[in-house]
Amino acid sequence: MNFAKNRTVSTVPAAKTGLPVWMMGLVADRLRADANRLLAFLFNQGILDEQFLQLQQLRDESSPNFVSEVVNIHFHESEKLLRNLRSLLMDREFSGYNKMGIHLNQFMGSSSSIGAKRIRNACFAFRAASEQNSRAGCLRALELLEHDYCFLKNKLHELFQIQQQRVLAAGARYPMQN
Amino acid sequence: MGMAAESQFHVLAVDDSIIERKLIERLLKTSSYQVTTVDSGTKALEFLGLHQDETINPNTPSVSPNNHQEVEVNLVITDYCMPGMTGYDLLKKVKESSSLRNIPVVIMSSENVPSKITRCLEEGAEEFLLKPVRLSDLNKLRPHMLRTKLRDHNQKQEKQEEKTAFQSPKQQKIEQNLQQQQQQCNTNKRGHR
Repeated sequence: MNFAKNRTVSTVPAAKTGLPVWMMGLVADRLRADANRLLAFLFNQGILDEQFLQLQQLRDESSPNFVSEVVNIHFHESEKLLRNLRSLLMDREFSGYNKMGIHLNQFMGSSSSIGAKRIRNACFAFRAASEQNSRAGCLRALELLEHDYCFLKNKLHELFQIQQQRVLAAGARYPMQN
Repeated sequence: MGMAAESQFHVLAVDDSIIERKLIERLLKTSSYQVTTVDSGTKALEFLGLHQDETINPNTPSVSPNNHQEVEVNLVITDYCMPGMTGYDLLKKVKESSSLRNIPVVIMSSENVPSKITRCLEEGAEEFLLKPVRLSDLNKLRPHMLRTKLRDHNQKQEKQEEKTAFQSPKQQKIEQNLQQQQQQCNTNKRGHR
């Protein structure tokens, strides 16, 4: 590769990506476009709100994985809360709208903190159903919540994967700078 | 002789939610504050050196700020809704303690309820922040910490100056009385113990 002589990078294919380094520029651009497209989609659909951007801004060299760490904690907590909500509703001797309210408030709080707008709204609807003491309404709301949650989880994992690849691409392209 | 006003401020953050704790910690660190997080009001009071079983008597400080409290806390930021001791309860306890009442307290809440906000401000909270808290919200904290630190610093400096500066006889008399009062107070406190 002729232009390798002008750069201080290796001509050997970047091990992790399997691509020759000269192609990395194209890959990095495409990854950035992918990430932006995904984020734009999530914003336009009302799935995420500005708080998520605020989180992104808190990333830096000392905490590059801050957003994915927080989001993963949120997912872990959410799954617990969803399980609790479902088991409360499925309980034959169901009476605990109060307890559901507590779980819902927690869920709303942490969703709000990571910018998960649609989930937060689904929680509001769930809470309304529980305030009307409507078990059927609550079940429907729970299903919607579970669905929205799964969707968000998949999309955010996709986003984090793209971001990981971008980091790898940047690292392979400029190994001297690492 | 001056205290380094540029030394880092130490914030104690209280929230029962692990996500909120992680977030507020990151926000505070990004703003260059030292942070300690705890998950309950009780633990916050322990950290501040105030133990639950000690009576809150304005004449008898439960804690001597320089001995008991190992770490200086320049601000407490707490969630309002917590199981057990709420943020409001914590605020009250801090303001009722003669050793802690000068520490600025900030309340966070995800709910925008005017009566709650008023209640907290009336009880002595410096700020009431709506969650999710932003970096820009934290800019409001620095003036409170600076003011408290300056006030403490000035009080200490005044005492130093009184000893070394030229004093008129009248001033010396005043100073003497002040010192006597201080000692009287301390003897009383020791008497109580």
